[in-house]
Amino acid sequence: MVKVGLIGAGKMGISHLAILGAHPDAEVVGVCDTSKMVIEALEKYSPFPCFTDYKKMLQQSKPDAVVVAVPTKYHASMVKELLQMGIHVFVEKPFCLRPEEGVELIQLAKSRNLVNQVGYHNKFVGTFEEVKRLLNAGAIGDIYHFMGQAYGPVVIKPKQDTWRSNPEEGGGCLMDYASHVIDLINYLLSPVQSVQSSSLKSIFSKQVDDAVYAMMSLQNGVSGILSVNWSDETHRKMTTSVSINGTKGKIVSDANELKVYFKDAACPAGYSRGWNVKYVTDLTAPVDYYLRGEEYSAQMDHFIKAIQGKVPNEVNSFESAAKTDNAIALIRKAQQ
Amino acid sequence: MKMERILFGDNQFFAVNHISDEKSMAQSIRFKDDAAIIKTLDHAMDAGIQTFMCTTHDRIANICEVIRQQPEKYKDFKIYPCMPYAHKYANAVTELGIMGTIKQYVPGNFFGSLFKGGVAFLSKDFLSIMELLIDAEMKMFKGINTPVIFLQNVVTDLLLGLGMKDILVAFHDYVKKKYNAEAGFITMNMPALLNMLEEGGVKNPIICASINKVGFRMSGGKELYEETLRTRQFRAIAMQVLAGGAVSPKEAIEYVCGLPNIESILFGASSRTNINDTVYLIHKYDQVYTTTP
Repeated sequence: MVKVGLIGAGKMGISHLAILGAHPDAEVVGVCDTSKMVIEALEKYSPFPCFTDYKKMLQQSKPDAVVVAVPTKYHASMVKELLQMGIHVFVEKPFCLRPEEGVELIQLAKSRNLVNQVGYHNKFVGTFEEVKRLLNAGAIGDIYHFMGQAYGPVVIKPKQDTWRSNPEEGGGCLMDYASHVIDLINYLLSPVQSVQSSSLKSIFSKQVDDAVYAMMSLQNGVSGILSVNWSDETHRKMTTSVSINGTKGKIVSDANELKVYFKDAACPAGYSRGWNVKYVTDLTAPVDYYLRGEEYSAQMDHFIKAIQGKVPNEVNSFESAAKTDNAIALIRKAQQ
Repeated sequence: MKMERILFGDNQFFAVNHISDEKSMAQSIRFKDDAAIIKTLDHAMDAGIQTFMCTTHDRIANICEVIRQQPEKYKDFKIYPCMPYAHKYANAVTELGIMGTIKQYVPGNFFGSLFKGGVAFLSKDFLSIMELLIDAEMKMFKGINTPVIFLQNVVTDLLLGLGMKDILVAFHDYVKKKYNAEAGFITMNMPALLNMLEEGGVKNPIICASINKVGFRMSGGKELYEETLRTRQFRAIAMQVLAGGAVSPKEAIEYVCGLPNIESILFGASSRTNINDTVYLIHKYDQVYTTTP
């Protein structure tokens, strides 16, 4: 049994908590949130020990691992404290507000041999995993262009209330929606090296960006476009997609559907010349407990298994998430 | 009260497509006008389906209005509301936070009076908040026959994972008391949910779960689902029988009709042809499996 604590029972935290609560190898030894209302509801109706002060939780519950799902501006200091106490850490995305904060945390986790993971769940989505396999095999030849997109209806009228609308705390579409796409590009193709130009637009928000458009180049020389908008109500929920052009074909994938075009008959097993369509239903491994998507359970299962030493701590490490933080900073800097 | 063998779903009307964002947008365009929804419901009624299981989406209020205006046409028609329309709340939570969302959606003066009473009072009355949210979602169905009221899977499964048995039971008790309706629970974790409901003293619950030949979204595994259907007492509704298109309709329906203890099959379709084909297949395989000993 891995003893797990959770700090921050907001939207993502509650979801992680339910997944941990249902996990056969995890024991939730403490939940902490500053909202009295949330904590009292959990205290009254859930079996989990509840706290409003995370230091008290760490002291009393002595968790082996902690899931951190608090506003981004608290990530760096809180994660550092946890690592210094020898606790394995899963932290929500984005990793840190400033790239330099991440460097120390990567070193600390490494030197203490602690499992470290960031919540970029797309890497656990079956279609994107298949895209990675195809790219690793060089299936579509030399890559020359990509387009990464995400759209959804988060801020669809003028209004602002939470930390997500405060740039100082890690709010805005770039930190929230766009970070997922950037991380996916980093993972599938190569880390972002430079940003030629970018535009961060406020559509309904007063203080933060609601849309991000950028032209970027990757370390492997490939260039492409980022187009993200969380004020787009033509999408019922967040939809993330990548389109990748190569000399031998093209890949178009979202979290549900993978479409691959091959120019000639020399293509991987299970594919043929022309368009191929595969669905996430065929590419997704079943999970023991389902909430909102297999990928959320799969990423938490990966964290628990990494602590148990059953899988290597490779996917979504601090190191990979720090590259995404770096790209976010480059996009900010390149604003027109 | 026995549920009908075939229930008509609403995913196609609201651009819910589990396998393709493109199809989802095409559906959104196709069902832009309420008249298109009514027309498809007519096709379902022509095929003998009298139960519409639908989420408490804002647009369902318009459909309810049409139904109320034609009592003769819809005299045997039933709606099974499924609440809440989760994306409405999920997007609100991202923008407003949990407290902000409750403030926005808990109706009327209730919140004002609670704040006057102070946070302590508020924090002790979660079940009243739940009841108010149920009432808010049920408003649009006034005057319509709603014999079963469902909790959507995202909420059911969240409460399951959080171990909040008492809230599931409270939902069950409240819809019975206030609406004289049976409670239904939609889930992607059927065996585990049944255990929790039974622990909470809910007998023979209505559970709507993903049940299909390929084991898609059947958490705990297909074998455990089949075993649960064989050996436990509950009223099962099979949904996602086509597993998002992974199984051919014929194979899919044959599998589900061959399972024991499935009271109803839920499906949604946009065209008259697809509705008729699916209904035909269900009747066909029902006959096969009721006549074979």
